[in-house]
Amino acid sequence: MTVEELTKQLNLTCMGGKKGLGKEVTGVYIGDLLSLVMARSKEGDLWLTVQGHINTLAVAALVNMPAILLVEGILPTDEMIQKAEEEAIVLLTTHKTAYEMACALNKWL
Amino acid sequence: MTLCFTVDGNDFLRAGEASAVVKRTLKQLGLESSLVRKIAIAMYEAEMNMVLHANGGNIKVTLSDTYLTIQMMDTGPGIKDIDLAMQEGYSTANQKIRELGFGAGMGLPNMKRYSDELKIKTVVGVGTEVLLGFKL
Repeated sequence: MTVEELTKQLNLTCMGGKKGLGKEVTGVYIGDLLSLVMARSKEGDLWLTVQGHINTLAVAALVNMPAILLVEGILPTDEMIQKAEEEAIVLLTTHKTAYEMACALNKWL
Repeated sequence: MTLCFTVDGNDFLRAGEASAVVKRTLKQLGLESSLVRKIAIAMYEAEMNMVLHANGGNIKVTLSDTYLTIQMMDTGPGIKDIDLAMQEGYSTANQKIRELGFGAGMGLPNMKRYSDELKIKTVVGVGTEVLLGFKL
């Protein structure tokens, strides 16, 4: 499923990186410790986190994740949005928790 | 091919840029993506350590047909106990760093896991030199 389709189905807000909306999402990873995320996530994962800063984007770019979903109403910093545009990594937000989103994502992936 | 970078220890916004450049370069050279990922993760961990703990430093990346070497030198505080630092979960990161998602105590373990060679020379109060090697 593409990032764009998931964004619509789950009613997510896109804050940046729209160029990457056509990328495929093949899995989900949830985590806030960047080293663990790097070690355990897989290419193609949608990353659910509360880390709304530029270093999160750098990690997503390094491991080829198509999109980051900031949960619980966390908003990205301006630098993160700018970097998302540069890297074409979609930056999504929701007020729901990671658990609620994981349950919802399970129906689609 | 040799690439050199200076890592600014105070610039959190640009932290990781050297790793991103190396990743892009290796991708353009046609290296297998799983190998590029391993190199990028190990180098990013080392680069972030320089920013978070050592006030920056210098990186030299040397690429031959069969081997990639990443040499990282800093003049930071040094590592007091390398065996302890190699243990997963051990970290000296402060609260501010941890709140950003760093300081999981996975930096050195990840560097070891993803590289074929890891050498660390460190002197407390003088600095640290990390060498990462990868078979291509």
